[in-house]
Amino acid sequence: METAIKTFNLTKKFKDLTAVDSINLDIPKGETLALLGPNGAGKTTFISMLSTLVKPTSGTASVAGVDINENSLGVRKKIGIVFQEPSTDDILTARENLELHAMLYGLPRAAALKKIDEILEVVGLSKRADDFVKTYSGGMRRRLEIARGLIHDPEVLFLDEPTLGLDPASRKVIWDYIKGIKARNNTTMILTTHYMEEADLLSDRIAIIDYGKIVALDTAKNLKNVLGQDLVFLKGAINPEIGKLDFVLDVEKESGGVKIMIKDLNRNLKELINKAGDFSEIEIRRVSLEDVFLKFTGHKLEEEKGGGNIFETIAQYKTKRK
Amino acid sequence: MINFQAIYAILLREIKVFVREKERIISILISPLLFLFVIGRGISSSLPAHGYTYQQFIFPGILAMVILFTSITYGLYIIWDKRLDFLKEVLVAPISRATLFLGKASGGIFGALIETLMLLAIGAVFILPITPLEALLCFLTAVPVSFMIVSIGLSIGGLMKSMEGFGLVMSFLTWPMFFFSGALFEIKDTDLYLKVISLVNPFTYCVDLMRKILLDYSSFSLAADLGVISAWIVITSFVGIKIFGNLQQNK
Repeated sequence: METAIKTFNLTKKFKDLTAVDSINLDIPKGETLALLGPNGAGKTTFISMLSTLVKPTSGTASVAGVDINENSLGVRKKIGIVFQEPSTDDILTARENLELHAMLYGLPRAAALKKIDEILEVVGLSKRADDFVKTYSGGMRRRLEIARGLIHDPEVLFLDEPTLGLDPASRKVIWDYIKGIKARNNTTMILTTHYMEEADLLSDRIAIIDYGKIVALDTAKNLKNVLGQDLVFLKGAINPEIGKLDFVLDVEKESGGVKIMIKDLNRNLKELINKAGDFSEIEIRRVSLEDVFLKFTGHKLEEEKGGGNIFETIAQYKTKRK
Repeated sequence: MINFQAIYAILLREIKVFVREKERIISILISPLLFLFVIGRGISSSLPAHGYTYQQFIFPGILAMVILFTSITYGLYIIWDKRLDFLKEVLVAPISRATLFLGKASGGIFGALIETLMLLAIGAVFILPITPLEALLCFLTAVPVSFMIVSIGLSIGGLMKSMEGFGLVMSFLTWPMFFFSGALFEIKDTDLYLKVISLVNPFTYCVDLMRKILLDYSSFSLAADLGVISAWIVITSFVGIKIFGNLQQNK
């Protein structure tokens, strides 16, 4: 299979801190890879190096067949990027932002105008295209930024925390667009996120990154299978013999009931229920990426601490710019 | 290496921003107008200067000052782009840093030309007669002068991390450049230390050029003025492009 991105011991150090620690990664063409990790794990630095915004301390990478150290201009022609922080110019209209982008990427004018109309339609901003970006909501701005990243038909698209700080409704809309891109253009995408759900939903493979290292890399399904266990909570008069069933890994007493860890929930749940005896309550929890993350890193994914919210950031910019 | 479509794209963006933020256009004119109409007019009555009223004598210097202030401020404005992360969008575009630098510089020159035009109009109405040819020459002179100063502004802006340094640059660079330029007096008549500093200051030659055009009075030869300005343009734009080459996302 054709490779879109290949990194060779890619490393970035800031003084004492090793933000990205010798990462070797192969991403085939058309794949969507999610980089999942807590804040400060090195996700942004990693894609900043791939998009030639930050020079690696050592190691290199090839993006769409071009070496990032030797030909940064060549790399930049082939990639699109949606930054973590808002990066559209709020004193311009959406259309002006897109026109500027098209000109910077050397698109012929007539083709660019057509493409801009199309893409505005796709992200549902046609009606607001000639309004200033400063009047946009966080979600609209994000959609505009995704549209901008796609105008020049990049081979590789980087999405840095595409839904950070968005409300659940806007987040769903953005997810739909991202899935749409994949379906239509077969663009290779790397997206960073610290939302499990997002990684699970959008990506073909997930790379769990922690302290600058990739600690696990596989499909969401396989990663979950590594743990190989689902949890069933039962309350009531439970047959103590269930511990002897061959698919039951562990039985623990817990708050008036038992917590049973079993293999392959789909196949074995029925038998478990038959043998469990007389229970009054049942609760099933499938293994989640959260559990996977915990297993590989030894710590939980922390939620964003306040202050990093995209709306607050935009509000700050607005007041400061005046 | 140099992509003219991209330069035009950046210039277009700068023009839009400039025109839409009218407060900036006005606020830059305040200090120069205070100099012209308070100090200039105030001293005029008591002190004729080289055959002109004092207000007329300092007008070319104030014109140059407008270019100085517009250009430096504009150059420093790149810090805003950094803050807004808009700069990243341009840094990740497939254009060379020299192209980005020239695009930004042309934006600054555009701003300086607008301000020049406004001050020339004020001068022609209130202070001294300006022929169309003189106005045209001032306009043409404003281009290299502004390019030189915008390059300084962009270089400093490229190095600075936050807007907090803005006041510092204004106090320690812009105002001294203005005061030690002979904009407010004839350099030949002053103390040695003033002379020495002024001669080193590239802005001195910009003021002299404007005075030559508008008052037909000057301290240096045309060749000296143009030579010094050209040399400084080469140095400052070279340094600026170098600094732009090292612009990275600071994270």
